[in-house]
This record gives sequence, C-alpha cells and structure tokens, in this order.
Amino acid sequence: MTLPLENILVIDLSQFLSGPSASLRLADLGAEVIKIEKPITGDICRELYVSDCSIDGESTIFHAINRNKKSAVYDLKNDEDLERFRNLLARADVMMHNFRPGVMTRLGLTYEHVSALNPGIVYAELSGYGQDGPWKDRPGQDLLLQAVTGVTYLTGNKNDPPTPMGVAVADILSGTQLTQGILAALFQRSMTGKGALVQLSMMETMIDFQFEVLTCFFNDGRQTQPRSENNGAHAYIAAPYGVYRTMDGYLSLAMGDIVRLGQLLQCSPLTDMSDKSKWFSERDAIKEILQAHLLTQKTAFWLEILEGADIWCSEILDYEQLRKHEGYDILKMEQEVVIGSGKALTTTRCPIRIDGELLISAKGAPSLGEHTRDIEKRFNG
Amino acid sequence: MDLPLQGLLVLEFSQYLSGPAAGLRLADLGARVVKIEHPEKGDACRKLAIRNTWVDDSSLLFHTINRNKESFSSNLKSEEDLSTLFKLIGRADVITHNFRPGVMEKLGLGYDKVAAINPRIIYASISGYGKEGPWKNKPGQDLLIQSLSGLLFTSGDQAAGPTPFGLAIADILSGSHLVQGILAALIKRHKTGRGSLVEVSLMESVLDLQFELLTTYFASGHLPVRSALANAHPLLSAPYGIYATADGHLAIAMTPLHELAEIIACEDLLLFSNDEIFQKRDIIKEILAKYLSQQSTAFWLGKLLPNDIWCMPVLDWHQMTEEEGYRQLHMEQDIVTGSGDRIKTTRCPIRWNGRILTSAKPAPGIGEHNASIKHEFKLTSE
Repeated sequence: MTLPLENILVIDLSQFLSGPSASLRLADLGAEVIKIEKPITGDICRELYVSDCSIDGESTIFHAINRNKKSAVYDLKNDEDLERFRNLLARADVMMHNFRPGVMTRLGLTYEHVSALNPGIVYAELSGYGQDGPWKDRPGQDLLLQAVTGVTYLTGNKNDPPTPMGVAVADILSGTQLTQGILAALFQRSMTGKGALVQLSMMETMIDFQFEVLTCFFNDGRQTQPRSENNGAHAYIAAPYGVYRTMDGYLSLAMGDIVRLGQLLQCSPLTDMSDKSKWFSERDAIKEILQAHLLTQKTAFWLEILEGADIWCSEILDYEQLRKHEGYDILKMEQEVVIGSGKALTTTRCPIRIDGELLISAKGAPSLGEHTRDIEKRFNG
Repeated sequence: MDLPLQGLLVLEFSQYLSGPAAGLRLADLGARVVKIEHPEKGDACRKLAIRNTWVDDSSLLFHTINRNKESFSSNLKSEEDLSTLFKLIGRADVITHNFRPGVMEKLGLGYDKVAAINPRIIYASISGYGKEGPWKNKPGQDLLIQSLSGLLFTSGDQAAGPTPFGLAIADILSGSHLVQGILAALIKRHKTGRGSLVEVSLMESVLDLQFELLTTYFASGHLPVRSALANAHPLLSAPYGIYATADGHLAIAMTPLHELAEIIACEDLLLFSNDEIFQKRDIIKEILAKYLSQQSTAFWLGKLLPNDIWCMPVLDWHQMTEEEGYRQLHMEQDIVTGSGDRIKTTRCPIRWNGRILTSAKPAPGIGEHNASIKHEFKLTSE
C-alpha cells in the first residue's frame, strides 16, 4: 500500500522521547526519518533513559522509540560538518528539534536560517516551557512538567501525596501535538507551497491535556477539586466512578445510576439514593458503602450481574492477562522488528489504520551513525 | 490570519470527548467543523457535567470541547433528513464518528456508502476496541479501557492497588491519533485525488501510550513493578520521583546518585553503586525521602538548580497560575456563548508561524446553523 507520507524527508535532531515519538509516527505513516546524532554518544536516550532490560547494549526503550529510522552522525559544532548537514536541510521537507531555547541560534539553525536555505521547509520546535520566560532554560523533562502543571493532584486518592502518571505522558502527548502541527503544515504546503514554523512546549501540552478540568477551575471560582477520599479515578466525576476491591481482586465502575446499581448488587443503602446531585457531593460515602459491599463476593460474580445489565464496568488486567486475551489478540498490536545485528525484537505498532490496513515496518532502530555513509553519498556525493 | 486547514469542511458525527476533541483541534487549525446532532438530544455530552457545572442548557464540559464549531441538526432515522445530509456529505472533506461498530452502517452512513457519494472524503472513526472480537460491543469508555490495558499498574506506589490516570487519557489520545490519521490522509489525497478510511480505537491508543513498557515486557517477560514509594515510572531507577519536603513537594528526574548525594550532603546515598540504582531503588528512595523532608522546597531548589540537577517544585493550579512561567504562555482565552455568558478556557497548544491560535467562537446550540448551512450549500429541495 502507498503510505500517506511517502517521499517526505524528515531531518530529526530531537532526542529522548518527546520529539522522537513524533518522528516515529511520521515514519510509520511513510516518511523517511533521519536521526541526526552527535558523535560518540548520540541521542541522549541511548544511555540516560534506560530500563533494566537491554538488547545489544541499548535499552528496550531506545529500540521502541527509534525503530523505522536511520541514523547519521554530524558534529554540528564543527563548521565542515555543519556545512554538509545544511545540504540535507536544503532538500528536507521537515526539520525538527527539541533543544533548549538558544541552542539553535548558536548553531545558526533557527527557522530564519533554515527557511532562507529552504523556504518550503516545515520547521518544528519543541521546548519544555516555551521560548521565553523564567523557566526557559530549565530541563524539559516529563516528570518535571507533570510536577509544575498540577496534574499530580488528579491521580490517586485525596490523602495520597502528589501522584505522577506512571508513563511519560508529557513527552508522549507533546509528540502527538507536534505531529499534528507538522502534518497540518505539510497539508498546507501541499496546497500552497509555503513552509511553516510549528512551535510547541511540553508545558502548553500539559495544560491542554487538562483543558476540561482547568476550564472548570477557571469558571467555578478557581476552586480546586480534591480527589476522592477512596476508590479514586477522576476527581471531577461522581460516584460510582472508580476502582474497587473484591474478595479476590478488583473491578472498575464507570458512570452509572446509583439506585439501579444498588438494586442489581442488592446493596440496600444505595437503593434510596435517588437524589442525583448527591452522587457527586456524597461520592466518598457512596463509594465506601459500595466498596464494603463489593468485598463480599468475587470479581466474576459481580461482573456477571453488571455486564448482563449493561452497566459500564470492567475487570482489571495486567500485561500478562491482557496478552492472553482474545480481545487483545484480535487487535494485532504487536510487530517484530529486526535490528542491525540480526536480532529480532517484539514491539507495538502504530495505532492508526488506514484503508483497513495496519501500518507495520520490520525496520529496527539504527545503531549510532549506521547510515552516515549512505546519507553523505546521497546529499554530499 | 492564514491557518493551515482553512477551506476544509469537517462533519462531526462524534459525541462526548474522543471524536469531538479531534474536531476541536481541526477547528483551531483552521477547518470548519460542523457537528451533526440529533434535533432534540444533540451530542450526549451536552447533558454530561463534571463537578456539576452548567452554562446554559448544556454543560460547561460540552462548551469546553465544542467551542469553535457549528451545529447542523439532523434526524439520521428520517429519510428526508438523510438525503439532505448526503448532499452536505458530497461537499465535505472529512467525516468523524465514534459510534459503536455497525451503527453508521445501519444508518446507511457506512464508509462504502459515503465514499460512493464522495470518493475524496476522509472517513475517520474511533471505536472502543476495534471492529471485531469479544469486546466490540463493550462500551468504549475511558476508565474501562484503562482497566483492560494494563495501565492501572503504572501509577501510584506498589501497595496502592490498581490506580487509573486521573484524566480521560484514552479519549484524549485517540482524538489526537485520529487527527494525525486525518491529516496524513489529506496529504495523501492531494497526491492521489482519493480519500481514505482512517480508524483508531481507544484501546490501541492506550496500548501505544505504553509502548515503552510493553516492549520492555515483551523482551524481559517480567511485569513492570512500581516502586514502594515515590513511584513515578515503573521502569526508572532511583531517585526518579516526587518527595515531600518540610513545606511541600519536590520532583527529581534522572540524576546521577553520587552527584546528588554530594550536592545535598547526604552521605548514606554514597553507599550505593551505580549498578544498584534500579535494584535497590526502594531503599535509596526511602533514605532520600527522609533526608529531603527536613528542609523546605526552596532550600533544596537553591542547592540543586545551580548544579543543573533535574528538579522542579510540585505545584497545584493555584500556584501554577501565579507563576510567570505560566502567565507568559498565554494559555487562557475568553469565549462569549450565544446566551451571553463569558467562559474562560485554554487555547490550542500549537503555535503557528510564531503566533498563538485563539478563537472567540463559542460552542453552538443544537441546529444553530441549519439555515445558514442549507442556504450556503443549497440543500433545500426547492
């Protein structure tokens, strides 16, 4: 199948996860992505951001983020290398980076510089806290962005300490936003021939992520909403929304009618709760009653009753259970990629289907500078 | 101002958050987004409030997600309405919907039917769990998706039990993925002249979110384990986490342990070698937690920041909105609704050619734009 971004050349100077997760998406959609890495150490992700599980000396995380890309080494602080690198930019469709503000000015690679060289280029720039302001030089790192944007007061229960989301959500969401901006710019360019500057910060991304609850905060007297005392899942949603312990495990309940739930579960204290506004104002008490009741039977017992009545509920799976489930299997989320040494690695695929087809690619992550020679020949030969 | 998606017409059959969040992003990037709503009920999100906050007949939540859009009401079960709608579909560039599998087909609005009328259309759908399999008719609701996807074992400390993300991550991510697919398909259409079918599901989006953790699990066979305290990411070693100080909390990201020990003069941390920072992270974090609780956040920041240690204070929204670092981003914008209410909300996070993207256009009433759209696209049969 013809992929939508075929013949689009992306020059990616970004490191770590945020920018590289955007270029991974562009690669899966058909673009050619060349990682530009500094000599010897390369992408900081090769050594700094690691799981305790490695393949060929590099962590599984690096492999997951950088599959389906090429790697070329250029020392941008060296004038000769920089000149050769500029020849890549002259023929690129997209250039992206996530350096701190000021770095590209020092290298002579700002949008002004690059668009003078290639007016049609889409130049995408991702920062931690924006290009200006008191925090512009602070590290734009996922946990730190979660920390300053208030999002750590949304997960967990009321008396828990601030609780970060346990996946690098600021990086990943920034990557998705950056991809949207780049694609919008490429679309406009296809219509008009004009390039564009696309800018984003992780801070803006994390504020956007909270747009529903922040809008509530802005318009409701700037009150913050404490998390549930118990069985928390979303600070702004009424009971029964939450995760509950049963005799042998857990189950989750989404939005639902408390009275009906009381009847179905034969939990009599809930059957009188017909005042819907109390489902929010007294949610902690309702959840406590529900929790005590759900502890008296096993998960399967409850789910049979609830699912039969079309109540929004679910069992809770870990990766091992998920991977054995037919519902997971049928999605075909896994794919195998092969790295330079010939080793195969299982990872997930792009979540988007186009014309009913899965977007998969067997190309593993490149070793540092694996494609420098090819790329030099092509652009500077 | 020239916006990248100017001139595009998007028909939004989607409800609640996932699809409408995609529509909002397309609108902010310049597309004209028309919600197709049931004449009486409209988007079900109109009646769904968070924290019981309402603007007019519709919830504040609905206004937040659906600003910068128009509304065209249509009873999809009426043949007359449907034939009018088909004329509009003939002029549209994009359709989005998030009905359960089979619903659009039953209405006569499946991809094949729509593409036959308009071969250039991008037809984009969000399902809960894909079109097939044992979950296909299960409600595609955010918390349920989180529960099935393994995500509940990433946040919170080990003893906390399964802990959901406190925001609708599945909805928001799948909305973003839908936008990506739509824009890529529009780029392809420019080359080929043909539209595409773009499909995402909440489940696939939340699995994609966990791609680092899943890839590591596939390779190691070990389930990720949250740390006993200060958990922030199950795959990362000490000191990565949030720590209580004498007057607040402090977040510390990846940091060489011995360097940290020397800067804060905590000798006990020197007992651990670099090879032990993952295996012994709970003990290390415990020592660090005790030590950091003795002084204020400002005290520690004063020591750590000048030494380039990756750390920040933990802020709530009151504190965040007071910070110059927040204000200078200009993330807030005002909207005046049809009934004259003023709403403050956030803007699109993407900057375009150095400018922020704002729009004062409020969310529409049900069918508010029927007359103008019928007139403009000559949809009335007379």
